[in-house]
Amino acid sequence: MSPLLELRRVEARYGPIKALHGVSLTVADGEIVALLGANGAGKTTTLRAVSGTVRHTGEIVFEGKQIARGKPDAVARAGIAHVPEGRGLFTQLSVWENLRMGAYVRGERRTLRAEAPRVFKYFPWLERRRDQQAGTLSGGEQQMLALARALVGRPRLLMLDEPSLGLAPTVVQEIFRIVKELNADDGLTVLVVEQNANVALDAAARAYVLEVGQVAIEGQSAELRRHEGVRKSYLGY
Amino acid sequence: MRRWTTPVLQGLVLAGAALLIAVLPRFTSEFRLGQFTYVGIYFVALLGLNILTGYSGQITLGHAAFMAIGGYTAALLILGRSGFELLGQQASHVLPEHGMRAIFTIPIAGLVTGVIGCLFGIPALRLAGVSLALATLAVAVSLPAIAKRFEHLTGGGGGLSLPLPHAPFGWHLSTPHWLYYEAWVCAGILFVVAWLLVRGRVGRAWRAIRDGEVAAVSSGVSPAVYKTLAFGIAAAYAGVAGALFAIQVSYINPDTFPVTLSLLLLASVVIGGLASLSGVIVGAFVLEFLPIYAQSPPLVHLHFAKQAGPVVFGVTLMLIVLLIPGGAASLLGRVTRPVRAWASR
Amino acid sequence: MALPLAFTWTEFGQQVTSGLASGAIYASLALALVLIYQTTNVVNFAQGEMATFTTYVAWTMMHHGLSYWPAFVLTLLIAFGGGVTVERVLIRPVEHRPEIVIVILTIGLFIAINGLVGWVFGPEVKAFDSPFPNRSVVLGGVSISVQDIGTFGVCLGTVVALWLFFRLTTLGLAMRAVAFNPDASRLMGVRVGWMLALGWGFAAVLGAIAGMMAAPTVFLDPDMMLVVLIYAFAAAVLGGIDSPVGAVVGGLLIGVVINLLGAYVNFVGQELRLPTALAVLLIVLVIRPSGLFGRVVVRKV
Repeated sequence: MSPLLELRRVEARYGPIKALHGVSLTVADGEIVALLGANGAGKTTTLRAVSGTVRHTGEIVFEGKQIARGKPDAVARAGIAHVPEGRGLFTQLSVWENLRMGAYVRGERRTLRAEAPRVFKYFPWLERRRDQQAGTLSGGEQQMLALARALVGRPRLLMLDEPSLGLAPTVVQEIFRIVKELNADDGLTVLVVEQNANVALDAAARAYVLEVGQVAIEGQSAELRRHEGVRKSYLGY
Repeated sequence: MRRWTTPVLQGLVLAGAALLIAVLPRFTSEFRLGQFTYVGIYFVALLGLNILTGYSGQITLGHAAFMAIGGYTAALLILGRSGFELLGQQASHVLPEHGMRAIFTIPIAGLVTGVIGCLFGIPALRLAGVSLALATLAVAVSLPAIAKRFEHLTGGGGGLSLPLPHAPFGWHLSTPHWLYYEAWVCAGILFVVAWLLVRGRVGRAWRAIRDGEVAAVSSGVSPAVYKTLAFGIAAAYAGVAGALFAIQVSYINPDTFPVTLSLLLLASVVIGGLASLSGVIVGAFVLEFLPIYAQSPPLVHLHFAKQAGPVVFGVTLMLIVLLIPGGAASLLGRVTRPVRAWASR
Repeated sequence: MALPLAFTWTEFGQQVTSGLASGAIYASLALALVLIYQTTNVVNFAQGEMATFTTYVAWTMMHHGLSYWPAFVLTLLIAFGGGVTVERVLIRPVEHRPEIVIVILTIGLFIAINGLVGWVFGPEVKAFDSPFPNRSVVLGGVSISVQDIGTFGVCLGTVVALWLFFRLTTLGLAMRAVAFNPDASRLMGVRVGWMLALGWGFAAVLGAIAGMMAAPTVFLDPDMMLVVLIYAFAAAVLGGIDSPVGAVVGGLLIGVVINLLGAYVNFVGQELRLPTALAVLLIVLVIRPSGLFGRVVVRKV
């Protein structure tokens, strides 16, 4: 079976600075894949190349089709939800309005009616605080809202960029628990970028380690845990 | 490295231009000469505007209002109280008893307008970009209303008629010739002043502020001082141009310097090229001749309404902004590049 | 200051209500400016001229025998199309250029439309029909012209309709989202470019309404919206250029204050209304650059 998402020798640059030097990776349907690496290794850029927020060369194939270059709205409509660095919430809008925006991609009203109850099952507190302004939520709550907003649109692929950033360990645990649950319950496919390799490898079946814009190591999470270099550089033992 | 040829070349171009301006009246009708006089007057106004908008990066939609201040200053000084009463109007006591010779009113008009410009520049410091454009547009729109309201100083809507100017000191020059030389001598002097300002320390400070106020502050330039200065200088130029204009038409009323003139002035500067002194001359020609040629284009025997001028003007401005951001000056630069390259080889 | 006429509360009430009517017109145009500013970060100096043009279009249709309300609706549709076209054709290519460039572009549009209106329709002043009967109703001793009530109703009705649109519809929500965070909106699948064009379209509709409501009293001429535009700018800036509520409150406030100043302060009279309004505006700006309702932007050094 062909993978849901496949990157072949993808390159991307910010002006004169090349950030990706030919990244190749695959994500199969129903799988959680982690993307690890140091700061500036190109993890975020890889997600951005997929979602079209940075222009790329090389091939990105999603569900057997080349992805639109530099057109994030088209990529979103194709079924890829990208929760970016900094979460990209509409901080001046209410929690509920943020969720409405999540459903926009599939036609707001019908989607919201069908999907909101499902999402509230995972984040019951969201329903109680639906009229609160998103900017007034705590960091962890904002991250969960961003996740919930992405889920409302029923994506084929969810891309999370450092969901653990700046959050307390218990909150991080909670977020990854929900991601795993979603994966188990609905077969949600996830590509997650993480600095926190421990947490990511717990959740993911497979992982890629990026170094200076290229895939340096790849394998099953269990294998990577045993990998000498990964252990020293990313797991810290 | 700049070789000696570059300044020499620049000098030659300037000398050639000066010569051309000096001998032009010999080869042209008095009607055309009047048009070239307006080009000179617009040149002065646009120099000031380009200093403000092109070099210091502050937009103004009220340049014509400062021209009006200059024009009224000159008109009142030319008339004096006695002249004012001859028009059958009650004269204000602010005015001197007797009128002045027109030419002496020009620097005074520049000075007065410059001071008012500085005063306006101070509150304008708190406004950037759009707010500043609004405030200056507001001044341009309200000035005619103010002029009408203070009838005892401005003659109200009826305006002020000035005595027909003639060459001073017993010089043998017809009035149109005299006015032509008056305008262009002012233009020449103010061009040199602008050139010295722009290439010197002040010019560097303006550009630094324009390209990033924060960076300018950290390199020790005080934006407040230099921005206010730019406003003052631009206003002074406008004042001189307004005085020349009032003398040229020997009449002034609240609609002599309408809001549309302010907009057309800004348009001309952009069409000529922001932050380019050579673009200013192009802008001045465009401002004078584009509306005329738009009405009756050369080569084709068509005649359009007066409003064809503004339409062509507006469209030209939009096309320049969309297609040639540097304006005419950048085209000029492209054409003359081989020569300049040779000179600085 | 001496009062030019004996002060009575009914006279005062009349000044306030007629001020509210003109204020509603300023509010509409101010809201148009804010709408564009919020989404595209541009102040559209041609907004008033666009309104003038569409008002002439309405006049032409009525001149050719169409009755008022069909002409009104058709004009709004044409205005919408025009606004969208202007954004797509003129503003889109300069989206990422400095603010000053875009301002200059809208000034070019201003000059061109102003000239075009004079060229096509002639410079002479024309009368413009009002849809409202020319009589007054007396409310609590205050006589209010039906014209004023109608103007206020149409303008404020539009504002409320627009508010509901932005609150309740998917499209309205997406447009708000784009105004707050265009990058995130793109990730939600929103075609941001089209939302901006829609913003311009709605702004043109608001302008057209302001134009058609102003025309019966100020009469139709190529410069009819210039003063209205200045008041609308003043309203928008007073309210905070990025606040729709501020624009509406600012518009009404300016309409009333100008009317009262003109009526009760001898020095101001008819001629100095505009300069006085601007002086007030400048003072407000200097004291509080972000306006009454605007977000305070902290400049980092």
